[in-house]
Amino acid sequence: MTALTHGPDALRPDRSFQGLILTLQRFWAEKGCVILQPYDMEVGAGTFHPATTLRALGPRPWNAAYVQPSRRPKDGRYGENPNRFQHYYQFQVILKPSPPNLQELYLESLYAIGIDPALHDLRFVEDDWESPTLGAWGLGWECWCDGMEVSQFTYFQQVAGQECAPVAGELTYGLERLAMYLQGVDNGFELNFNGLEGDAKVTYGDVFRQAEQEYSRHNFEYANTEKLFRNFAEAEAECRALLAAGEGGEGQRHRQVLPAYDQCIKASHAFNLLDARGVISVTERQSYILRVRELAKACGAAWVKTEAGGAA
Amino acid sequence: MPDLLFELFSEEIPARMQKQASEDLKRLVTNALVEAGVTYEGAQAYATPRRLALHVVGLPARQPDTREERKGPRVGSPEGAVQGFLKAAGLASLDQAKIESDPKKGEFYVAVIEKPGRPTLDLLAEILPATIRAFPWPKSMRWGAASTSSASLRWVRPLRAILATFGAETEEPEIVPFAVDGLAAGNITYGHRFLAPAEIRVKRFEDYAAKLEAAKVVLDPARRKEIIRQDARNLAFAQGLEVVEDEGLLDEVAGLVEWPVVLMGRFEDAFLDVPGEVIRATIRANQKCFVLRGPDGRLASRFLLVSNIEAKDGGATIIAGNERVIRARLSDAKFFWETDKKVWREDTGFTRLERFKNVTFHEKLGSQWDRIERIRALAKELCAVTGADLEKVDLAARICKLDLQTEVVGEFPEVQGLMGRIYAGQIGLDPSVAAACEEHYKPVGPGDSVPKDPVSTTVALADKLDTLVGFWAIDEKPTGSKDPYALRRAALGVIRLLVENGVKVGVTNLVSWTHPRIYRRADFVLRYVKKDQDDLFDVPSWHMDIGPRYDEEGNEYYYFDDVKYASNEDVYIYKDHLIGDDDLFSFRLQILKDPNGNGMDRRAEIAASCQRFLSLEKVASDLLSFFHDRLKVMLRDQGARHDLVDAVLGNGEANDDLLLVTRRVNALGHFLETEDGTSLLAGFKRAANILRAEEKKDGEGAFEAAADPALCREPSEKALLEALSKAGEAAGIALGKADFEAAMRAMAALRGPVDAFFEAVLVNAEDPAIRRNRLALLATLRRVTRQVADFSRIAG
Repeated sequence: MTALTHGPDALRPDRSFQGLILTLQRFWAEKGCVILQPYDMEVGAGTFHPATTLRALGPRPWNAAYVQPSRRPKDGRYGENPNRFQHYYQFQVILKPSPPNLQELYLESLYAIGIDPALHDLRFVEDDWESPTLGAWGLGWECWCDGMEVSQFTYFQQVAGQECAPVAGELTYGLERLAMYLQGVDNGFELNFNGLEGDAKVTYGDVFRQAEQEYSRHNFEYANTEKLFRNFAEAEAECRALLAAGEGGEGQRHRQVLPAYDQCIKASHAFNLLDARGVISVTERQSYILRVRELAKACGAAWVKTEAGGAA
Repeated sequence: MPDLLFELFSEEIPARMQKQASEDLKRLVTNALVEAGVTYEGAQAYATPRRLALHVVGLPARQPDTREERKGPRVGSPEGAVQGFLKAAGLASLDQAKIESDPKKGEFYVAVIEKPGRPTLDLLAEILPATIRAFPWPKSMRWGAASTSSASLRWVRPLRAILATFGAETEEPEIVPFAVDGLAAGNITYGHRFLAPAEIRVKRFEDYAAKLEAAKVVLDPARRKEIIRQDARNLAFAQGLEVVEDEGLLDEVAGLVEWPVVLMGRFEDAFLDVPGEVIRATIRANQKCFVLRGPDGRLASRFLLVSNIEAKDGGATIIAGNERVIRARLSDAKFFWETDKKVWREDTGFTRLERFKNVTFHEKLGSQWDRIERIRALAKELCAVTGADLEKVDLAARICKLDLQTEVVGEFPEVQGLMGRIYAGQIGLDPSVAAACEEHYKPVGPGDSVPKDPVSTTVALADKLDTLVGFWAIDEKPTGSKDPYALRRAALGVIRLLVENGVKVGVTNLVSWTHPRIYRRADFVLRYVKKDQDDLFDVPSWHMDIGPRYDEEGNEYYYFDDVKYASNEDVYIYKDHLIGDDDLFSFRLQILKDPNGNGMDRRAEIAASCQRFLSLEKVASDLLSFFHDRLKVMLRDQGARHDLVDAVLGNGEANDDLLLVTRRVNALGHFLETEDGTSLLAGFKRAANILRAEEKKDGEGAFEAAADPALCREPSEKALLEALSKAGEAAGIALGKADFEAAMRAMAALRGPVDAFFEAVLVNAEDPAIRRNRLALLATLRRVTRQVADFSRIAG
């Protein structure tokens, strides 16, 4: 393979998608966060990563940042809508307890990616966050840059049915939208991914357009619903079984939370696919959400009985 | 006199909460001061996105001294009582108490407790932290390391600083000494987040407001609004345009900035193909920007945004950014608009109505499809009283909710109705039908207009009646301040539709047309099949009189539309079986067989899963009084006298025609403004007072027998008797024709004879027969006038 030659500009956050990610990672690493890698399962949002859902619980301090590919099967548009993808990236920061200067840190991170508050109109507009499937809610804002929502800022009050004590602050950057703004493009598929020009340039579309087309077909047309219903039921049962099996370790510790929580994630994704396939009625929908929530809550209750969850 | 300056500096407070919060802050602090006996000259509260501030002027330096006398036990009381008294009064010994005496109690101890007033500063050091802790935010949160404890402070968003100074103008003010959750009050605040973030040291309100202004913070929300309003108008004017004023948006935007800077952006003219309301809704809802119109009244391709900073490039970057977002939003809106138009053009048979079968209107009231079908059937029935064209009404009722399925309304619910009208117009439907798509929601409030087109009126009535009767039948009426389905508004709407369009129809009729449809629904087809002993239910008693139908296999069944139902019985539905009151409690339900043939008592299960609809009679009578209450409120708001409404409703009739009730109230009001009216009312009151007094002696109803002409001695008695009989008859005829003016004229004819009667005769005559006869005359007067209204309920 020929070594690519490029100047340092290629990794500027306003020149490449990957430059944006690298800048944010570096920024938050310098602030003391552990930089994690994406969770290796299909999730609907960065919040589902156990580094947020579970680590937000219990008294132990925890500061982490990571990119999380997120799948929302219903948002698929066959690669035809420039703003909507069934697979996209979130950059997630979780700081527990929420530091007193969290807003300032956030604004500093925007400055780091090239958004100068002397030029741009930055605003914190009320937007309270709630995830019915995770049994989680918090108060906060959507953060606006010149009228565009670029991040979600939340002080978690409850996660997986557990009160947060102490409260964690969560920042979620919508990477595609932010990159489109920084690069000045109106079509997400035209984002410069690697920061190079000419033949060497790789766009977001080069990487993901085919995937958007194939997965849209999958999500809306081909996904085997019988198998998905089965997957949901099996994941639900497995989650419960693992939680039961992990009870009562040494000192009443729980020993099977993370594997159980994986099953909760699996159930949630199966539900999202079934929902996209349109085989779940309005009334059933509520009950499926409730079933996932019950799993998440059971995992949360078990987590606080583990070492990382702060059990004595 | 000293002033208080109090500021709570926090992370961004939601715009919608700021006004109430500043009012609450003022109320809580000043109430607490007054409670402590401290008066003040004035108080003013302010809010910005990052701070609540309160300025209380003219406080005393000290709380006034108080003196309280506390009565104690009698002199010589047992030791226990004396000790208790001393302890409660805070005295060391009885020497400190004085002795008083009164004739009843004799000599007793009195403790004089004199409390010197405390320094106001000390009081504030208690009041201010208590105010912070008990602040009534609609939603509050915990944050930071302190939130490990559940007792940590809750605030709308993290509270970052407290400023509290107290002192007179001539001296250096003091900091009110207190702390909340480790946050100590001080004399420091901060300027604009980006333009002047440094800390600011403050003495009192005057320098506080001035320093904030210098640090790019306009403290007063009213001023921020004015700045935005003026700058917006000026910018618009310079372009020959006019701002589409939007007070709600202005309030919100003023709560999003501390330093408002209005900027103008533009979008492509091509977007102007999209209806103006949709553009406005898009720009308003998503971007919180104002739209503009040109001299021709049409929307212009410009918008105004309110930024929070004076940018170093004059706002060029901000404008460009907002334009990009708005372009993307308008592209979506245009796409929605084009998609919708295509659907309306292509699906001319409205087959997409079927999709409403999957949309729940209310768990107990069925799907949106059920509701539309009910509204259709009811609207057609209503044509008989509204005189609307049956075919147009049918079509209008069928498609009036169809815009709920459009992309545009899905995105911007506030243009529902309007879009229906536009799309229906686009495909060339009758203008009345198109108008009804929008107007059937009307009137949405007391200030909103009432549709005049009979098609709109009819569908609007059907829509509201279905809602009202439906929720009444499932017993979900509004209670107190809770009215989640806006039923009060719907009832007021029905009243105004009837009254302002002159529709004569009784509420009872309206309810009886609506009620059976509420539970005769597509998914509730009566599936009673009489085959063998395994039947779950018998035919409800109240439709035994209908004949069964037979299916292809010869099974007997009953079809829902055949059902005649009893108006006084509640209706129960179990799964898709319609069952009667009697079934629910009869032995038939005691033992039901499960699939394995085991006898099991399933009464509780069935009762629990039954859906109950209240009987027509209950719903009709209850709704009628609800309508009467709403009518009272409406007439009172229109300036009619409250007592006149009560008087009319007290006429002993059902009063179920709301148009007639309204006319009668108006006629009565006019009558009472005449001299005949006031005079007759005075005569009536006199008669009623005498009757009341005499009925106490002789018993209720003692004088209700007809007066005997033979016992009428005086000419004035005879004249009154004759006048009463004439007036009674004339009023009866007039009322029969709903001619209330004539009825009032008939009443007016009574005035002379009544006055003459009271002038000439003494009612309580010596002769008991004469007395009784005269009282009978007065009772007749009471009865005759009551045909028109219960005059005793009229004030004056």
